[in-house]
Amino acid sequence: MSLLSHYSYGAMVFLLMAGLYIVIGRGNLVKKLVGLGILQTSVYLLYLAPGKIVGGTAPIVSEDFSLYSNPLPHVLILTAIVVGVATLALGLALVVRIREAYGTIEEDDILGCDRQSEAEEPSP
Amino acid sequence: MNAAEHLPALQVVLPLAAAPLAVLIRHRLTAFLLVLAAIWSAFAISVLLWLQVGDSGPISYAIGNWPPPWGIEYRVDALTALVLMLVSGVAAVVLPYSRASIEHEIASDLHYLFYAMFALCVAGLLGIAITGDAFNLFVFLEISSLSSYVLIALGRDRRALVASYQYLLMGTIGASFIVIGVGLLYLETGTLNMMGMAIRLQGLTGDRAVLAALAFLTVGISLKLALFPLHQWLPNAYAYAPSAVSAFLAATATKVSVYALLRFYFSIFGETAIFQRLPMADFMLLLALAGMFLASTVAIFQQDLKRLFAYSSVAQIGYIVLGISFDSVTGVTATLVHMVNHAVTKGAIFLLLGGVMLSLGGITLTRVQGMGRSMPLTSFGIVLCGLSLIGVPGTAGFVSKWYLILAALEHGQYWLVGAILSSSLLAVVYVWRFVEVAYFRAPLPGDEVRREAPLSMLIPAGLLVVATIWFGFDTSLTVGIASDAAQELVRSGR
Repeated sequence: MSLLSHYSYGAMVFLLMAGLYIVIGRGNLVKKLVGLGILQTSVYLLYLAPGKIVGGTAPIVSEDFSLYSNPLPHVLILTAIVVGVATLALGLALVVRIREAYGTIEEDDILGCDRQSEAEEPSP
Repeated sequence: MNAAEHLPALQVVLPLAAAPLAVLIRHRLTAFLLVLAAIWSAFAISVLLWLQVGDSGPISYAIGNWPPPWGIEYRVDALTALVLMLVSGVAAVVLPYSRASIEHEIASDLHYLFYAMFALCVAGLLGIAITGDAFNLFVFLEISSLSSYVLIALGRDRRALVASYQYLLMGTIGASFIVIGVGLLYLETGTLNMMGMAIRLQGLTGDRAVLAALAFLTVGISLKLALFPLHQWLPNAYAYAPSAVSAFLAATATKVSVYALLRFYFSIFGETAIFQRLPMADFMLLLALAGMFLASTVAIFQQDLKRLFAYSSVAQIGYIVLGISFDSVTGVTATLVHMVNHAVTKGAIFLLLGGVMLSLGGITLTRVQGMGRSMPLTSFGIVLCGLSLIGVPGTAGFVSKWYLILAALEHGQYWLVGAILSSSLLAVVYVWRFVEVAYFRAPLPGDEVRREAPLSMLIPAGLLVVATIWFGFDTSLTVGIASDAAQELVRSGR
């Protein structure tokens, strides 16, 4: 139980933080979605890595093997991957619509556009 | 094979199946009728389930006949029944309203997609409430979230797109945090079944993985809950979404997150000693108070009525979380009662504002001046609901604040009574701003004639306004179920 034997958790935390940083730190809407994808990938790793048992085989009942890896995390993460794909697709679709409406996909420019149009609105 | 046995599955399956069918049909009237049938039957099923739970106690349903530790379990107890009735009831009222409302807000060739997304969102929210499996909860959460991003993006204003995108970012981060929390609990206990988790976590005091799971779940659910200071996505999302969507989401989406929070805190972590070791209650109390005061103050300075009431929602979530932080039967009762009462009140307000938007073409405070003359019924309805937000006796809001104050007194925190009352005074200010503009200013030229919203929109909104008053006088339904559910939750803990 050394720190090294837990390296998958280290990788998971790194991916999580990297993803979160990109979502917060970048102004480009597509890059933010990339960050979101990295963040979700870290979750996959959290589930998948502990499911593997060193020396374990796929869970097929056979007399030759007694040590099996846990297949459940794979099933769960398959679901999570589908959710991730759907989120990314929806996010990109929104970015396309935002580009059509504002002509830009930079967050600062979009906020600037909104402020400008709010200022131009006739105030009775 | 008895149909009554399969009610828990049908509760979710009916709206879930209606969504793809509506997309395949592509005809807007047929799609509307199909989704309407699915959602009204879902409401009937939720009432039947509530009666069943009252007769014979919690129902456990094994999906696909796989028994719980292996398969996914659907579990209906008093709390679940309450949330199911709330979600499907509000959906059953909002859907008929949406038909007239989206006519002017969404291009008519997209209407069938609106109904499909609405059905999907309802299915997701009902699923969160009914499932007894922690990972399944995440899946339903994403179903409801993804469909609500689409619904918000359907708004007429281009700012709806940005609001939806921001909600997507925040919502996905929240959902990822929830799934990390669930993953850590799964690694710790080896099961995803909520009851199983609760049993295996029993007596744990300070395992670091469990503490991390609690932290991730708290932050993740608080994001979906729009608990101050994680509420940034909410005002824009509610302000720019189509009126029917604002009303539906304001009444249900955050309330279902409250349910998830209660489920994790009390049903799963209830038997661990974590809450005694961590200052969780003080922490939640602090955030609740901050939300109550700061969000109400921000609401006072809003020009757009939808944004004003959206900030008021953030403040009301503060009251709901305040009840949880007492960690007592009275406190959780107050939370649940306020959850229902606020859902009904805010739903009514946003439905009425949709009518204002349609008749006057705008809902800024300058646009609606003199509205008391041109739309007397609508204005009166908004004022009644505003009184409920303040907590005036005779409205639903009074009942929930009464229980909150009882819980505070029971806890011996007398200063909180002052805090609850003074934050209600802030609500007086923002409701008064509407009253002043609507009744004491001359209407804009051309607004002198009466022009109420069409009856198909007034009637559903009126129903919720009547419910707001009804729950203020007859509390047997709301407080009855809420205190049953609270006893179940808190007893399972200590």
